[in-house]
Amino acid sequence: MPPVAAPEAGFPWIVLAILLPLAGMVAALPLGRHARALALLLIPAGLVVALLLAAQVWREGEVTYALGGWTPPLGIALRADGFSAVMVVTTAVVLLGVALFAQSSFRAPPGEETRAALLFWALLLGLWGALNAAFLGNDLFNLYVALELLTLAAVPMASLEARAETLAAALRYLFFALAGSVLYLLGAVLLYGAYGTLDITLLAERAGPEPVTWAAAALMTAGLLAKTALFPLHLWLPPAHAGAPAAASAVLSALVVKASFFLVLRLWFDALPGVMTAAAGQLLAALGAGAILFGSVLALHQVRMKLLVAYSTVAQLGYLFLMVPLAGGGGAAQPWDAGAWSGGVLHAVSHAFAKAAMFLAAGLFLRAAGHDRIAELRGMGAALPMVTLAFGLAGLSLLGLPPSGGFIAKWLLLTTAMASGQWWWALVMFAGGLLAAGYVFRALTPLLARTETPVLPGRPVPRHQQWAVLGLALCSVALGVAPLMPFALLQVGRPEAAEEGIG
Amino acid sequence: MTALWLLDLCLVAVILAVALSAVAARDLFAATVFFVAYGLLIALAWVRLDAVDVALAEAAIGAGLTGVLLLGVTARVHMEARTPGPGRGMRLAIGAGCAAVSVALAAAVLSLPVPAPSLVPAVEAAIPATGLGNPVTAVLLAFRGYDTLLETLVLLLALLGVWSLAPDRLWGGRPGLRHRARPEGTLAWLGRLLPPIGLLVGVYVFWIGSDQPGGAFQAGTILAAVWLLAIMAGLSDAPPVRSLALRLVLVAGPVVFLGIGTAGLFVAGAFLGYPPAAAKTLIVTVEAALTLSIAATLALLVAGAPERAP
Repeated sequence: MPPVAAPEAGFPWIVLAILLPLAGMVAALPLGRHARALALLLIPAGLVVALLLAAQVWREGEVTYALGGWTPPLGIALRADGFSAVMVVTTAVVLLGVALFAQSSFRAPPGEETRAALLFWALLLGLWGALNAAFLGNDLFNLYVALELLTLAAVPMASLEARAETLAAALRYLFFALAGSVLYLLGAVLLYGAYGTLDITLLAERAGPEPVTWAAAALMTAGLLAKTALFPLHLWLPPAHAGAPAAASAVLSALVVKASFFLVLRLWFDALPGVMTAAAGQLLAALGAGAILFGSVLALHQVRMKLLVAYSTVAQLGYLFLMVPLAGGGGAAQPWDAGAWSGGVLHAVSHAFAKAAMFLAAGLFLRAAGHDRIAELRGMGAALPMVTLAFGLAGLSLLGLPPSGGFIAKWLLLTTAMASGQWWWALVMFAGGLLAAGYVFRALTPLLARTETPVLPGRPVPRHQQWAVLGLALCSVALGVAPLMPFALLQVGRPEAAEEGIG
Repeated sequence: MTALWLLDLCLVAVILAVALSAVAARDLFAATVFFVAYGLLIALAWVRLDAVDVALAEAAIGAGLTGVLLLGVTARVHMEARTPGPGRGMRLAIGAGCAAVSVALAAAVLSLPVPAPSLVPAVEAAIPATGLGNPVTAVLLAFRGYDTLLETLVLLLALLGVWSLAPDRLWGGRPGLRHRARPEGTLAWLGRLLPPIGLLVGVYVFWIGSDQPGGAFQAGTILAAVWLLAIMAGLSDAPPVRSLALRLVLVAGPVVFLGIGTAGLFVAGAFLGYPPAAAKTLIVTVEAALTLSIAATLALLVAGAPERAP
């Protein structure tokens, strides 16, 4: 692991990646009706910053930055490894697609400021900054603040339409998220009391396998799982994600739940690498398996398309946790670790694109038909061919069919499950794939059905929104065609033993 | 020595009793009152632990502000509309789960090393570079200034979350109802008497914060209370949320903090760094702006979502 670099080494893109969106959120409030223009300006700029940060990590290896010049344990450090760089870039690309989609739906009449328009763009910028702060933080308390920022930006997004049922869903989301925060904070306090530091890199050197560390890890993991909505703590997710406006659902389902998952990996693999036992890794994966089976079966039973897509998120989040025992969580480094790590991360990224595309597509069907009851969307495929294509492509990635990012991800996880002798996880993945095929085709079949009279959209669907959906779906497919570049970047900052094997 | 030990023992017993009463109370109002009392007693406990800064923050925000927010909620929530709680079996399971977590936590806390690993020497070595006398302020504004910056944004987002509850047609309007008080009544009298004193105390707590316990969060809470008192006494009205002046006050703290932090990139070699010669001046400037914004944000959090047409 390289030493903490002096702040002047290289341009601090890592700071700018957090600063830009947060400054935008602050400026959005006095700017009022111009908040939308500001966000549309900052999001492409933020993508450039994210790419420059990724290039820096690619060229120079791990990037660290001591804020204020105060090095840990006194100060707070930011750290970007390959995983964080990939997540920061993914976030920026998804937000670009979502912003392109939302620029017409959250647009106030000229000269006027509306509640939904101002809040959507201000919250979107705040959420973006919170995500980057979570992906780039290297201090457990600072990550707690980033999670709070994320929760308080995400919850109002879920109830932006302010109907009674979305308010109830958002309130439930808030309770789960705050309970998760408290548990996480308790664990962080215990670790500070035991080891005198909150810095992840320093903790990795100091923390040993002892009761206080296990208690802290258990509390923090439980808190993060509540925020990730891993089965059986998923109850809040479907109503909150399905009740939000399409653009907000896309961000919540594609990105927000991934931040707490990212922190689970940070905790297990980076902060407390020698602490987790193999049994704990198996338990986490067992919850993931429960999520895959339970979420998929419930997705199959949904009548409304947005709820189907939301339950599919519950299921797909499960795959992420299968990577924990496969990538060596709770054991010595194995030759297949790198493959499992890449598979898990690739799944997080391709699911982000696919799920954003699916929620936006569902939003467009809802807009065109005036409802999202799956059975009554017959013939909508002919009316909105581009959106249907996007829904199908995103579904391809969820199923894990080639060529798609989802295919490579699931293939890597499957082969590592076999290589490591943990064949039972492979069985779960096969079952999950079949069930996913079931719910994706159940949604697609009515869309593609031939009708006697051509179906016309009740309300016109703007072209740029259709392009945004298709663009995101294509990203998720393209990951399957060019997976090698992110693969090498992902290994930056991984323990050396895990880099040797290729899955 | 024995007297203080007895005092601590009583304090612990009363804290536990009040906490239990807050959890067990059937009536929302009673639970809130117990919760406020609990916050004040915890503040006393912090004083006994020589953490006066934490005590001030707990009393101002944990007991005071949260108490006011909860009282506002009890006034709006009708108990008869409450859905039936979980059944007996579920309640027992929840209790057992909570007990298990508590026991594990207690065991973990008792197993912590004594003396605890401490950053006090590191703070003492670094504090001269900040020009401050209060180590807590040095941690909050210098060493871990990034946390504080993000926390002020958390407050701002919380306010946006409250505002998001406004009906669309009332967007931009004033929060809450117009308060009226009898001109010769107690409230109006207190509304005239207390604000000048509160203002003075608030400014003092902010100013003393660089060398003694105090600072932006505690001062901001006091100033928010002053403003709320004036509003409740009918002497002033909550501003409409579309007001540009109000929004500039709300973002002043984060803007100054971000601006000085970014300047640090060029003059101190790091984002959120201060050149030692100007460190204290810059930190006090940030604190002043933060005090203003925190006061406005907290007051508006209590005032609630817009309820009157613009």
